[in-house]
Amino acid sequence: MDEPMMLDANAVAGDLAEMFGFEMTAVVHRCAHCGNVGQMGTLLAWTQGPGITLRCCICRDVVVRMVMTPSRTLIDVSGAAYMEIRRT
Amino acid sequence: MPEPLAWQISTVTAIRTETAEVSSFTLELPTWRPHRAGQHYDVRLTAADGYQAQRSYSIASPPSRAGEVDLTIEKIADGEVSPYFHDTVVVGDRVEVRGPIGGYFVWEPAFGGPLLLIAGGSGVVPLMAMLRERTSAEARPPAVLLHSSRTFDDVIYRDELAALAAADAGLRVIQTLTRSQPPGWTGYDRRIDRAMLTEAIAAAGPSPLVYICGPTLLVEAAANGLVELGVPPSQVRTERFGPTS
Repeated sequence: MDEPMMLDANAVAGDLAEMFGFEMTAVVHRCAHCGNVGQMGTLLAWTQGPGITLRCCICRDVVVRMVMTPSRTLIDVSGAAYMEIRRT
Repeated sequence: MPEPLAWQISTVTAIRTETAEVSSFTLELPTWRPHRAGQHYDVRLTAADGYQAQRSYSIASPPSRAGEVDLTIEKIADGEVSPYFHDTVVVGDRVEVRGPIGGYFVWEPAFGGPLLLIAGGSGVVPLMAMLRERTSAEARPPAVLLHSSRTFDDVIYRDELAALAAADAGLRVIQTLTRSQPPGWTGYDRRIDRAMLTEAIAAAGPSPLVYICGPTLLVEAAANGLVELGVPPSQVRTERFGPTS
């Protein structure tokens, strides 16, 4: 992991909102690897590759991977045990 | 739930020079939504051949100004988007944007305080939105801004920050200049370190809400330093710029 390139999930909040349809950085998730519970905004972001990788701020394991192509979007959220999305 | 985020065409209605490398651009928005201090807009440029470049820029203005936002943008010499703003954009130009974006690195008066704000260079922009918002709030929590810049002339919002602090006993602004200092400089002259963080914590008061924004290594150092000094990690929100500076 290239630490100086590390950003926060806030840096990709626009792309997350586009994919999920609403503001995601305040959504609470649980890391499937270490169990840490926190807002998606606490995730660390790597954006320099072909896609976006979001890692847990505690254990640094991968929580979310996203790749956008002109025709489709691929999202892997297997690193999140759950997400809690407020409806109000 | 609010309408999904959509791209829209804004119009540049004013440009203000902040420092040699930093200017503020006022954008008039056809679909304006009130923002929260700390949020940003995404800006997208599209070349004639379809190539697109996208960057995020923090909102500097408080939410009370309806219909428009100020984005304060630092010129990154080898950047794809910021040189366009600094070298090409003039008042009346149209720019594609979407926002406001972000629900994590935000502050509003209802959150209270005290506020401990730490900025490296143009990382002060979203924190300035918080301070401007705080100034117009009915109840102003105590606030401390610890701001690191390279030189005196690089200090963004220098005069406004000095004026705000002079008029408000609840606001303390601590400046450090890491590269050079003018004659008679009484602020700090080095990178943010434990002594500065200790002073900032003491000035802010117990259990501060912390917002840190700047180059990644500065943010890492400040956040780790605060936690070592006993600030709970859950009280610390960060926004990293990456390897800039």
